[in-house]
Amino acid sequence: MIPEIGHFALILALALALVQAFVPLAGSLTGQPGWTAMARPLAVGQLTFVAIAFAALTQAFLTDDFSVAYVAHNSNSLLPDVYKVSAVWGAHEGSLLLWVTLLAAWGAAVAAFSHSLPMATIARVISVQGMISVGFLLFMLLTSNPFERLFPVPPEGRDLNPLLQDFGLAIHPPMLYMGYVGFSVAFAFAIAALIGGRLDAAWARWSRPWTTVAWIFLTIGIALGSWWAYYELGWGGWWFWDPVENASLMPWLVGTALIHSLAVTEKRGAFKSWTVLLAIFAFSLSLLGTFLVRSGVLTSVHAFATDPTRGTFILIFLCVVIGGSLTLYAWRAPRVSTGGGFDLVSRESFLLANNLLLTLFAAMVLFGTLAPLIYEAMAWGKISVGFPWFNKMFLAVMPVLALLLGVGHLARWKHDEPARLGRQLWIAAALTLVATALAFLPGVSGGHPLVPLGLGLATWIALSQLTGLYDRLHHKRSLRAILADVTGGSRSYYGMLVAHLGVAVLTVGITLVSHFGIEKDVRMSPGTSQEVAGYRFQFEGATSVNGPNYRANRGRFLVFQGERQIAVLEPEKRSYLTGGMPTTEAAILPGLLRDLYVSLGEPVDQKGDWALRLYYKPYVRWIWLGAIFMALGGLLALSDRRYRTATRRVSAVDTIGAASTART
Amino acid sequence: MKARQKRLIFVALGIAGVGAAAAMALSALRSNIAYFFSPSQVLAKEAPVDHVFRLGGLVQTGTLQRQPDGLTLTFVVTDNAEQVKVSYTGILPDLFSEGRGMVARGKLGGDGVFYAEEVLAKHDEAYMPPEVAATLKPHADAAAALDAARGAGSIPQGGAQ
Repeated sequence: MIPEIGHFALILALALALVQAFVPLAGSLTGQPGWTAMARPLAVGQLTFVAIAFAALTQAFLTDDFSVAYVAHNSNSLLPDVYKVSAVWGAHEGSLLLWVTLLAAWGAAVAAFSHSLPMATIARVISVQGMISVGFLLFMLLTSNPFERLFPVPPEGRDLNPLLQDFGLAIHPPMLYMGYVGFSVAFAFAIAALIGGRLDAAWARWSRPWTTVAWIFLTIGIALGSWWAYYELGWGGWWFWDPVENASLMPWLVGTALIHSLAVTEKRGAFKSWTVLLAIFAFSLSLLGTFLVRSGVLTSVHAFATDPTRGTFILIFLCVVIGGSLTLYAWRAPRVSTGGGFDLVSRESFLLANNLLLTLFAAMVLFGTLAPLIYEAMAWGKISVGFPWFNKMFLAVMPVLALLLGVGHLARWKHDEPARLGRQLWIAAALTLVATALAFLPGVSGGHPLVPLGLGLATWIALSQLTGLYDRLHHKRSLRAILADVTGGSRSYYGMLVAHLGVAVLTVGITLVSHFGIEKDVRMSPGTSQEVAGYRFQFEGATSVNGPNYRANRGRFLVFQGERQIAVLEPEKRSYLTGGMPTTEAAILPGLLRDLYVSLGEPVDQKGDWALRLYYKPYVRWIWLGAIFMALGGLLALSDRRYRTATRRVSAVDTIGAASTART
Repeated sequence: MKARQKRLIFVALGIAGVGAAAAMALSALRSNIAYFFSPSQVLAKEAPVDHVFRLGGLVQTGTLQRQPDGLTLTFVVTDNAEQVKVSYTGILPDLFSEGRGMVARGKLGGDGVFYAEEVLAKHDEAYMPPEVAATLKPHADAAAALDAARGAGSIPQGGAQ
């Protein structure tokens, strides 16, 4: 009965979404206050029904209702409760339900936190979100209904994919989806602005916090995915340039460009049409990501068994969304006035360069990801693009971006003198050169020319940020004035500072782990030792143990640094009782400066020998630490008081403006 | 400088930059792509010697052998028509097993053995790489093997106990 309630709630949500997609929009165009006023209640109603469906599916999982096909395929009575909940989004149908739920939640959040916005804008934004909901709800109800019943009812479920029975992966998809779906708000704001023909600083100021929130979630989501791949897959890698990873990176790159371009639009009124275009692309790439993951058109380690009809539906949906929004853009954007002009040396120019480089890299990643499809379509053969290609592209674009990052945030709006920038930055530049030269010493770089490059760029980013901080604070007379600045109304500045320092931290991590990481495949007998990067791993043998829904071989390793024992590592090779799928649970000794990592391969003979893999991963934590810095920076920027007060002041003017437009 | 000239400079720089990037991306692509071949194509000498490519097919049951060094494994990959012997040194991914689909990246040796540098992993037992599914020969066993590889959507009856 409860699954039918869930199914029915989805149908009702679709009906509401249809109304939501058209009535408030029509009201905003024809000036019917009754129709526009429906926007907020509709958004809340949408969330209510989708949440009922979500609760119904969760309930089916918790009560082991295997008459529901989705539950029977992805759960098992032995599955721990926490994974029964995360199994709700563990496969295709449920992850779509999660997507729709988050979309409705974002819609309701816009409805709740937008009282300072003119009603016409809100009505349009919520209508656009309604249109996206219609697409996804239709998709679910037509091709991927999570509430479909199964007959005869199996006595036991097939179990959740063991790789997904992990805390990191339980929260990775919701975070990632919050980011993907969050860009729908920026998208909806952009489309609403195009419909209304009003693209101004106020519009940028409304979109900015929403975009930042989505970007924070996406940053955390990607970092979690990378961390999960690192410890759960047992390969010790943190990024593989896999199509599915690329699918999440592309919206992030464009979203990062969008955040910077919104800053220009808000502060200077420039880049308006460009900002709109980025908002459209950020969300379109999120949709494309869903298409790539769910259609199975590309070979990917993340690809799960798929169904081609679903791919066709998403492809059509993608064409409608991208085609529709770009048509609207082509029609309306020329009317948008261009903002204030700026000189070649100005903050605008640097931010423009940032935008171009980020978009360029996103385009390269897109090309590399889709190249196999292009080759196949052209009958040139079946290919795959190896990760060296992506690394090359990364190295061609990102160092330039990092170099400019060091200057851009210090440049003045509209016009700046190169000589002034030179005076401000020469100390940072000189120290960077010294650091780079030191890193060239064979003892540090180990002969890799990229090590000094990476470390030099990280130093440059960090020092130039600190230069900016010093220039900002050294005029202040008292500690109190400094504290007031740090805690007061300039949080967005400190947000930028922290996020950019995150880039420096990330750069250090990537550089060092890529060049000095060691991985060693070995065969070990109990009682023998292997040495990796000065650490001695002593294998004590493997024993078999039982978990709640699996059996495992657990290896025992003593790790020595010199004569001192620093850790006991116990990696496992598990075999799940249902399905018998084997998984590797790596054992990791984490550290700020290095990780030690052991993962079991297979038993080699009857005497207890194992084939296994030992890793030394220097500074690998800095990669995720950098992402955490970026997310924290985003949070700080978000907490800036300026948004709330400024929005209120602007909106008073805008409401009058909107009212007068509505009348004419 | 007039605004018009300035804009022209921006546009010219933009076009030059994008052009250079595209040229670089394409030329780098040529040396970094790996074509996919099935065992039949390898035996028909369509696959390059001394160049990295990907080989895909089903791991023939009963052919997986561990060499005396304990780390090197050999197995036979088939598309139900032809067979190619594969040698790989290292740890195989968790979901590698006999009778299932697999894709490996590596080079063909002069002895006709494919020396894999990497055996691609997957996350889901039911997943079949699309290239492998497309090259399997229409053979009675093939259909059965494909079904087995897909898991055929079946639910194990009786549960785990």
